[in-house]
Amino acid sequence: MPLIEIKEVSKVYSLGGAPLNALDKISLEIGRGEFVAIMGPSGSGKSTFMNMLGCLDRPTSGKYILEGVDVSGLDRDELALIRNQKLGFVFQGFNLLSRTSALENVELPLVYSGVPAGQRHERARQSLKTVGLENRLHHHPNQLSGGQQQRVAIARALINDAPIILADEPTGNLDSKTSREIMDLFVRLNTQREITIILVTHESDIAAYSKRVIRFLDGQIVNDGPGGNNA
Amino acid sequence: MINLPSAIKVSARALSVNKMRSALTMLGIIIGVAAVIAMLSVGAGARRQISEQIAGMGSNLIIVLPGGATSGGARMGAGTLPTLSMSDADAILKEAGAVEEVAPILSGIAQVVWGHRNWSTNVLGTTPGILVVRDWPLESGRPFTDQDVKTSTKVCLVGKTIVDNLFEGADPVGQIIRIKNVPFTIIGTLAPKGQSAIGQDQDDTILVPVTTAQKKLFGTTFPGMVRIIMVKAKSGDDLPAAEKQTNDILRQRHHIGPKQDNDFTVRNLTQMMQTAEQAANVMTLLLGAIASVSLLVGGIGIMNIMLVSVTERTREIGIRMAVGARSWDIRTQFLIEALTLSLIGGILGILIGVGGSTALSAIAGWPTLVSALSLILAFCFSGIVGIFFGFYPAYKASLLDPIDALRYE
Repeated sequence: MPLIEIKEVSKVYSLGGAPLNALDKISLEIGRGEFVAIMGPSGSGKSTFMNMLGCLDRPTSGKYILEGVDVSGLDRDELALIRNQKLGFVFQGFNLLSRTSALENVELPLVYSGVPAGQRHERARQSLKTVGLENRLHHHPNQLSGGQQQRVAIARALINDAPIILADEPTGNLDSKTSREIMDLFVRLNTQREITIILVTHESDIAAYSKRVIRFLDGQIVNDGPGGNNA
Repeated sequence: MINLPSAIKVSARALSVNKMRSALTMLGIIIGVAAVIAMLSVGAGARRQISEQIAGMGSNLIIVLPGGATSGGARMGAGTLPTLSMSDADAILKEAGAVEEVAPILSGIAQVVWGHRNWSTNVLGTTPGILVVRDWPLESGRPFTDQDVKTSTKVCLVGKTIVDNLFEGADPVGQIIRIKNVPFTIIGTLAPKGQSAIGQDQDDTILVPVTTAQKKLFGTTFPGMVRIIMVKAKSGDDLPAAEKQTNDILRQRHHIGPKQDNDFTVRNLTQMMQTAEQAANVMTLLLGAIASVSLLVGGIGIMNIMLVSVTERTREIGIRMAVGARSWDIRTQFLIEALTLSLIGGILGILIGVGGSTALSAIAGWPTLVSALSLILAFCFSGIVGIFFGFYPAYKASLLDPIDALRYE
């Protein structure tokens, strides 16, 4: 059974009057442990696709089956539970809570799954250790570099042991050296922990870290082939 | 789902980030609650004062005064005619069904002497019924009896002021004092009653049997004449009936024709006081209503700030939703923030309100009464204000679209 199964999924926006097909009957499967890069020019539908994969948005038609469960018909709160349990998010702009320590930022998903405070701290500490920030537990985001902030975000994505991490241009705000470090971290998580990683990027050298590259254009998949990391 | 301690912690942090703003928002509630407490306590104080005066006077009380004499066309005012008698009082007690007890009174000012001390006081000649009519218990000793009245015994009951001035507080029962040079044995002391509604010292009084007063103290031209008859109705509901029956009996006894004016006056004091009490109630309600308006304004302030806060923290809400916060979690967080503002404001408002009303009674001398009920009411009301005005912003936050919220700059 594939981890992710997308069947004829469409997303239609009706802005003003003319309907806009952001996604046009897309079908694909992503297996456990894959490292997928999604590429395409802006307006190609890749962001819409990521939002849908991330259960932030629902398809207009078609089916999205995640670990054997059809999530395309779930309501807001049910989707929130899926995001909490099965998905980790990493954003271009980090999206950490300001005035909140790294530890507490990482704890956030556990807060909403009702884990008691003591247990939260311990797991957040472990998670930050995984990304190499065990010495920055009580730093606030404004006291951390961009790379460190993105590591905190990755630690947050890891904390619920979600099988999938969705990363939307995770290196977009980072310099090339830090970008490489972050990508190495993703590769390590993918190979050592078998976490499925799906990331959106513009840059082919970032896509080169992946095992599979999917290209979008005008709401459709135009290319689905191996990436540069299949050695 | 978020657990309550975590939700409270998150809300507390959000409030502490903008301390000045939180404090100013709270100020609206503080002023509102303080005003409600202070106003209610002023109203309750006024009402208690009136209630005490009513209780002091004796409840369900009717006073019958003689009519005025007309001398050469000039009417002389109430009480100038000796038209009321002991037998009038007996008739009222016997015939009026709504009347519980009567007390005829013949009073006057007299000099009282004990040892080398003397004191000028109000001496009331009356019957044992006075103690019932005026709800006047004894502090010590025994009351005089109908037998004392019948035989004109020289016994008396003395008020607290007499005890203080002649006996310096010592128990005077058994002592003999001279009233207008007539020796009277003190057989009991009256419980203190304090000031009357018009500021008269009600304890500056000596009670003697009415017949003794007539014969030995205030010799009257007409035997059996009394100055006032006090009538106590069986209950508050019986007051109007008692008033009418008294009126009818006296008209009949005094042979007053259908078109002639009364030669006496019947006054219902309790009713007058009850009117005053109702006025105090209305005043309390009015003051409370005006104060509630400021609480309402405070609530609108909370709503305003919460709406601003939701907009400012759209991105934060988006992040929380992305990692799994449900609508309920977001709503709870903002509701707790609003509730915290209003409840802390409520507690501070209560403290300031209680302090303010204490200061009012200390400085301005107003009678104030802070009741536990008004405190609980004000606290609950501030909580309700918090939930009511916090709900819309919280609801708005919970309905944000996570994608839009995450993109919000």
